Amino acid sequence: MTTNDFDVIVVGAGPAGSAAAITAARAGARVVLIERGPYPGAKNMFGGVVYGRIMDTLIPGWYDEMPVQRWITRRSTMLLAGDRSFSVDFRSGAWGRAPYNGATVYRSDFDSWLADQAVAAGATLVCDTVVTGLLRDGTRVVGVQTDRDDGDLRAPMVVACDGVNTFLAKEAGVAGDTAAGHYTLGVKETLALDRGEIESRFNVRGTDGVDIEVVGSTGAVPGGGFIYTNLDTVSVGVVLRLPELASARRRPEAILAEFKEHGAVAPLVEGAEIVEYSAHLIPEGGRDVMGSFGCDGMLVAGDAAALCLAAGIWLEGVNFAIGSGAVAGRVAARSARQNQTDVAVGQYRTELESNFVLADHNKLRGAPHLILGERMQQRYPQIMCDIAEGMFTVENPKPKPGLSKIARSALRRHKVRIRDVARDGRDIWRTFG
Amino acid sequence: MIRPDQPEYPDVAFTDRMDTVEFRVGERAHITVNGDACQGCTTQACVTACPANLFVPRADGGIVFNYEQCFECGTCYMVCNTEGAITWTYPDGGHGVVFHSA
Repeated sequence: MTTNDFDVIVVGAGPAGSAAAITAARAGARVVLIERGPYPGAKNMFGGVVYGRIMDTLIPGWYDEMPVQRWITRRSTMLLAGDRSFSVDFRSGAWGRAPYNGATVYRSDFDSWLADQAVAAGATLVCDTVVTGLLRDGTRVVGVQTDRDDGDLRAPMVVACDGVNTFLAKEAGVAGDTAAGHYTLGVKETLALDRGEIESRFNVRGTDGVDIEVVGSTGAVPGGGFIYTNLDTVSVGVVLRLPELASARRRPEAILAEFKEHGAVAPLVEGAEIVEYSAHLIPEGGRDVMGSFGCDGMLVAGDAAALCLAAGIWLEGVNFAIGSGAVAGRVAARSARQNQTDVAVGQYRTELESNFVLADHNKLRGAPHLILGERMQQRYPQIMCDIAEGMFTVENPKPKPGLSKIARSALRRHKVRIRDVARDGRDIWRTFG
Repeated sequence: MIRPDQPEYPDVAFTDRMDTVEFRVGERAHITVNGDACQGCTTQACVTACPANLFVPRADGGIVFNYEQCFECGTCYMVCNTEGAITWTYPDGGHGVVFHSA
């Protein structure tokens, strides 16, 4: 009989993997956490903001320890059309105090910190090691192969947190629909800007920070733009849906350059020197394209399970990674202990359905289609800017036009019928309401 | 067609942009491109979409790929329409891209 090296093997020390290792180790399992980079976070990139409340029970007092760049106290949603912009801007003092809301982080710091929590809980972290495949006994997963000498590791349960490209879920046949149309490419520049400049350009003080999400910034390619403040850098980037990027014959960095040149963006970032350029794929297909979350002996969490909420006004991933990983680790430890590896995936999915991880995705299943649709991407930003411009342009001696006249002519100009607006409004209400 | 030697980006040269990224280059090319399979490809989506601009069109219609400055993002195999053109693996443990402030 083959002996097991561990009770639970977690592949990937991103947020999902470290959360899984924490809960599995705390449940008494012998856990190994395998990372292909030289340190956790080395391969990872995001916008990005972490919404930390998911850690309230996992790591009490997390906000005193987490390596934060800035706490988000201002959120803007911006629509761009030509040289115009239309913004909704919200600020909350409460978001700058415990327990806070969102924070910008560097993934090298954050992922390493979270992996440290897993090590403190008793997990063994092994970096510089690629998991190259699964060990199977029939259809059951019984371990992993690695690129180390004598690198096979056996365990009753494997938790695959191997990210958006998840070769493990694909090998096990449990990945969902992985067509290119369900993914976006994120490209980002981290730009150096001293703290005083950030305070004056973004209208914040101390360690308060800003999150700006942008629609209408990516030309013919469906997607969006973002600007986030770090302590002494600014992250600026675009996300681009793959099929249209491929056919648009526009290079990603050219689309990002155009975004940075927009009149609403340039004053925030101009003169800031690039510190680091980065790129990563994002699973944006939502609930309808997700796979089966695992199989006998294996559970899938985080980006690998396409658990990433890209719903326009909400852009969240790390919290879903931690939320799913924490459940996966707990279920995997229990299944390993009871030697019931076949029921783990059913229990895992049931738990995800009963908490926010799948509840949010079920509720917002229509969002990817809505947000990346042509009217939302191209026409509504134009219409909103037309309406604002019509309202606020003073053309005396002409008297002010009425709002309904301005709105109707804007719709006509951009070939959107009242009936389309009504239908989109209904879909938005059903999706977000 | 967009040529890698003519970056469109106005404020920083593409090589300077890529010089901001740390790569611990391994001995083994983790991605290989079968140039012959690319011969009949008219879209060359990889050339447009690769954020590191690593796919270079050859005069004879094929593609040359340089693995050293790869983000390991997966865009190339996702957008590729030609079966067997791109063989994609991760770099060996500890090698490849290393992000610091991403």
